[in-house]
Amino acid sequence: MAHAHVQPVGGPILTRPFKWLLAILAVWAILLIWRFAAGIGAVSGLSDGYPWGIWIAFDVVTGTALGCGGYAIALLCYVMNRGKYHPLVRPALLTSALGYSMAAVAIIIDVGRPWFIHRIPLRVGSWNLNSALLEVALCVMAYVAVLWIELSPAFLERWKETGPNALRSFAAGILPGLEKVMPFIIALGVLLPTMHQSSLGTVMLLAGHKLHPLWNTGFVPLLFLISCVGMGYGVVVWESALSSRVFKRQRETDMLASLSGAIVITLVLFLAIRLLDALIAGKAALMFTSGGYSVLFWIENILFAIPLVMLARPAARRQFSTILRAAMLLVFVGALYRFDTYLVAYDPGPGWAYFPSPPELLITVGVIALEIALYIVIVKRYPILGGASTSAQAAH
Amino acid sequence: MSTTRRDLIRGLAAGGAVAAVGADAVASERPQPPADAVGMLYDATRCIGCRACVTACKKANNLPLELYDPPEDLSGETKNIIKVYEDENTRSYVKAQCMHCLDPACTRACMIGSLQKREHGIVTWDPSKCIGCRYCQVACPFQIPKFQWETNNPKIVKCEMCLHLIKGGGQPGCCEACPVGAVIYGPYQELLADARGRVERHPDRYWPQGSPKIYGESDGGGTQVLYLSAVPFSDLGLPDLGEEPAGHLAAAVQHGAYKWGIAPVALYGVLAAAVWRSHRSSGTGRD
Repeated sequence: MAHAHVQPVGGPILTRPFKWLLAILAVWAILLIWRFAAGIGAVSGLSDGYPWGIWIAFDVVTGTALGCGGYAIALLCYVMNRGKYHPLVRPALLTSALGYSMAAVAIIIDVGRPWFIHRIPLRVGSWNLNSALLEVALCVMAYVAVLWIELSPAFLERWKETGPNALRSFAAGILPGLEKVMPFIIALGVLLPTMHQSSLGTVMLLAGHKLHPLWNTGFVPLLFLISCVGMGYGVVVWESALSSRVFKRQRETDMLASLSGAIVITLVLFLAIRLLDALIAGKAALMFTSGGYSVLFWIENILFAIPLVMLARPAARRQFSTILRAAMLLVFVGALYRFDTYLVAYDPGPGWAYFPSPPELLITVGVIALEIALYIVIVKRYPILGGASTSAQAAH
Repeated sequence: MSTTRRDLIRGLAAGGAVAAVGADAVASERPQPPADAVGMLYDATRCIGCRACVTACKKANNLPLELYDPPEDLSGETKNIIKVYEDENTRSYVKAQCMHCLDPACTRACMIGSLQKREHGIVTWDPSKCIGCRYCQVACPFQIPKFQWETNNPKIVKCEMCLHLIKGGGQPGCCEACPVGAVIYGPYQELLADARGRVERHPDRYWPQGSPKIYGESDGGGTQVLYLSAVPFSDLGLPDLGEEPAGHLAAAVQHGAYKWGIAPVALYGVLAAAVWRSHRSSGTGRD
């Protein structure tokens, strides 16, 4: 099951930028020791009014959506049988696996009593099926495993060829069986994000009156689901740009053009649901009378509308620069929407304020640094990135 | 190709509609107190602000007590507090503590049931089931559960109505200590009848003057701690929640989508079939 055109990037690992990443990780390690010794209050700006800050709103809620490249691409490739997207699968899976794993790391840092985390999957009898967060927790745990299994052929293929003897025979032995069960794993890989990305929206419904009504709607699960597909697409486009630059190969413009067509539909859906829901639920006045919140609401919607307009004409979808700009905008606005739902539109009442403290920000920077460092090591040593598929044509 | 993009989008939209319809179905159920429910009745017009209840609470729950630097708000070391509201014309004290909701948002939030309504409908915290995720803090409409931010072994701290004292035949520390009977403990139905009696006898003493309101009788689906006040409850920091528990919408959406796990299992079946088909038709395995 060789991935055509997919190969390790190669080259030395310890480049100057990589050493900078290691320096950041050294600072990160010290901050983590501080956090686990002195408590969350010592390193963060979190409070009883704002119990969730950037570790949740950015690392987990936005980070997993950025990790939805694997979801978006699997949805298209496998479920809708558009085989032509396949060269984008592995890079998308890698960013997903890393994004979700880093979200898991962030959760361990954020929760106050992480030594009990294993009780969530194990205490089946105590599961509170009313809790959307339980669903998120279980799904994310399972999905991290599913993503690494989906990606494992990239490692196994490499080990089969170049690993030490034991690893070589292990890889050769496990690959055929893995191949057989892979469709069922892939189906899980589509089911799980569908469940937990929507539930991430449901989570904030419980905030009730503390979440501004323009964000607190019964449709928030659907809006979260749609926005994560858009963000996943954005990441896939970015990966394609990166991949073509690294390999000096043709871009997958054909593929990205039809992918962009799908994105236009999801964007129309997102905006229609959001605006119609606000109108039907009698929140039309709030769109204009909530001061900063109204402004934010419109900024979000306009930023969702811009990529829609950019990609609306089929001719525009053939220009890589347009696709890339639209994709970056989509990633940004998707992140903004999630950030707003979890933090900005959340108001616990007078007397509370939140701004992340410097160590809190640095801990998030460390999580991102770890993700980038692992990404660099893996794409340089394992067959992840590739060039254009045979059906693609030159972009320019 | 069995599943088209359009089918999928249509399916997702239908899921949203089901969730919205489900919300109406659940909203009609009003939560009821358990038969052995106990509660507290706090009458702000009787409170003299002496804070004897704050000290008694600390003692009853083995919480650190600083005599010369009294706490100003609920915290990881304070489960009960007396605050004061003042404007040009009026002044009122208010007691802040867990309301022991009939349908609490915190127990709906809590992943493996660390926070639960236990004996007498009292909401208590079980340390063996808490991972410190703080979703209860996000969920609580009254901002009650507090987290111990300055320790590496934090707890969630909130009023548990001195269940340990009640079990021994006693009553909550605050109610026992109150010298003027501003906060009293008893069976929920008796307290509710007591509050209704006071409101009937003194319709002009309580807010809204003329036909006073008992806060907690139906607010947020009802609470086992009831309040009477001469000033608007919103001035005392008690939010205007309506009669529906905050958790109903979330529960309706969640249950609408996951009833008996049918939707996820069905979706998995469709997905597995589609991937299998794609897998076979591509001829070259995954690639």
